[in-house]
Amino acid sequence: MIKINDVTKTYFSGNEPFQALKGISFTISAGEFVAIMGPSGSGKSTLMHIIGALDTATSGAYFLDGKDVSKLSDDELADIRKNNIGFVFQSFNLLPRTTVLRNVELPLVYCGVPKEQREKIAKKALQQAGLDESHYNHLSNELSGGQIQRVAIARALVNNPSIILADEPTGNLDTKTGDIVLATFQKLNKEYGRTVVLITHEQDVAEHADRILFIRDGLLIENPKHQKRIASF
Amino acid sequence: MKTRDILQETLSALKSNKIRTGLTMLGIVIGIASVIAMTAIGQGAQNSISSSIESMGANLIIVMPGAQRTFGGGPTASRGGAQSLTLEDAEAIESQVKNISAVVREVSSQKQVVAPGTNTNTSITGTESSYAVVKNIEMAEGTFITDQQVSKTSKVAVLGSTTRDDLFGEGATDIVGEKIRISGTEYTVVGVAEEKGGSGMTNSDDIIYIPYTTAQRYLSGNKYLSRIEISASSSEVSTVVQEDVTALLLAKHNKTSEDADFNTLNQSDILETASDVAGTFTTLLAAIAAISLLVGGIGIMNMMLTTVTERTKEIGLRKAIGAKKRDINLQFLTEATLLTFMGGVIGVILGWVISFAVDYFGITETAVSLSSILLAFGVSAFIGIVFGYYPAQRASKLNPIEALRYE
Repeated sequence: MIKINDVTKTYFSGNEPFQALKGISFTISAGEFVAIMGPSGSGKSTLMHIIGALDTATSGAYFLDGKDVSKLSDDELADIRKNNIGFVFQSFNLLPRTTVLRNVELPLVYCGVPKEQREKIAKKALQQAGLDESHYNHLSNELSGGQIQRVAIARALVNNPSIILADEPTGNLDTKTGDIVLATFQKLNKEYGRTVVLITHEQDVAEHADRILFIRDGLLIENPKHQKRIASF
Repeated sequence: MKTRDILQETLSALKSNKIRTGLTMLGIVIGIASVIAMTAIGQGAQNSISSSIESMGANLIIVMPGAQRTFGGGPTASRGGAQSLTLEDAEAIESQVKNISAVVREVSSQKQVVAPGTNTNTSITGTESSYAVVKNIEMAEGTFITDQQVSKTSKVAVLGSTTRDDLFGEGATDIVGEKIRISGTEYTVVGVAEEKGGSGMTNSDDIIYIPYTTAQRYLSGNKYLSRIEISASSSEVSTVVQEDVTALLLAKHNKTSEDADFNTLNQSDILETASDVAGTFTTLLAAIAAISLLVGGIGIMNMMLTTVTERTKEIGLRKAIGAKKRDINLQFLTEATLLTFMGGVIGVILGWVISFAVDYFGITETAVSLSSILLAFGVSAFIGIVFGYYPAQRASKLNPIEALRYE
């Protein structure tokens, strides 16, 4: 599904080139629930941008569904994002003053799906994300944080992506709502077989995943505590 | 992305900030409306000048006393000013110049006219029967001045429709036989002329016709004429006739063309000059209106740039879920174009209403032309594309990672 091979990323801002990723390799198979965890500045956001086809690596290879994504043009990357990736952001990023349904339909608009079909698919995604049907025609700014994040999850599901990429999805939520959202991801993974990649800096959040990749200073590191936990599975 | 979806996205974006959308559109509305209204007023002025000159009669050559002058200065100098044209001149033209169908003698003055219970100041033209033929005057009632009345120096008057309205009330009938007084002398109304049109300074209905002999005896008190009008038998010969008349009168007055004491004008010259002036006037008005349209366009660009900045996060999201540069570009371009197009539609309607109102309240005649409407639509769409292009480019070039991070 995802195969990252010796990926590096160097930024050339300012005088000194800055290497955010220093050679990272891992694979994620279909149906996995993986957390990428690390403190801020560790390079996890850069890694997420590369996995999410928002950015390309400086060197190394990235295969998504067997396709080499590491050297694509902007428009080709947009196609990858459209067809293979569903994003869930920390700050939700719903369109304001727009209905829940319309927000969820948005990715389908760019796929050119006709309107009647869009609504049907969007409703199904909202059901999977666990949002009550009574909210479907509410405007996005009339919902609570937890409800908004579930709309965002439904939006990420709607184009039937290979992976759901969640960037600190609970960062703006209180613990209780955060747990509900994380449970939603677990449900999507277990019941609907979705591949979920969760990026976070919090151990508690990361532990909802089946596997944790620790990243620090641009490199993956072994975590004995984590290894033990995997072993106990 | 389908056209219908783009339109829907655009409409909901425009609806999300109605006040700003409205105000920005207002700039285009005012621009387009003023282009339509101004060109309509200019076109109307042009039409009214042409029609009032045409209502002067066909193939007309006008001889006026006074030194050679250009069109602009000529008529004012002739009014009661220089006295050089006589009845003998008119008779000489009538008998010696070929290719003429009529010669009209005129003695004009501006007088106070009194009718029972009211009075008005109007121009009195002493003339003869051929005047009605040359100037296409139709009678609403009664008859025009006859040659018999001229030879008898009768105290009879024919009223223009505006003068009739002023003296006897709007659209009054049965005026024939009524008495009016001009400079203390009583005249009997023998006819009322049909309305001829023309407005403002060129109103040819605000007039009273009396026999020229009567005008010479009771009003001017001398033997001179204010002008002689000659109708050439066809428009082809009008220039020849003008030359012949000039040569004849120069010989009669013992003058050369340098020190001539009269001035001849050909109707086609007048028409040409006047429509040139009106054309310049129209262009000037349209240019001023176009500037306001340009300002409206800059307003569009300003709003679109603000919108792009405000919606940076939204653009980032759209890109993250798969929008290509082209999609974003098209969306913002459509937004700008739709804004100017709607402004254009409202502007055309408003411009039309203004032109209609200006006409209706009698300020000046207007003519809304189809070409100005099409031009306004074209220009407004063009402005949307031109002034929307840069903001749309900026939006489409945003880096999705930075755009998503934007606060």
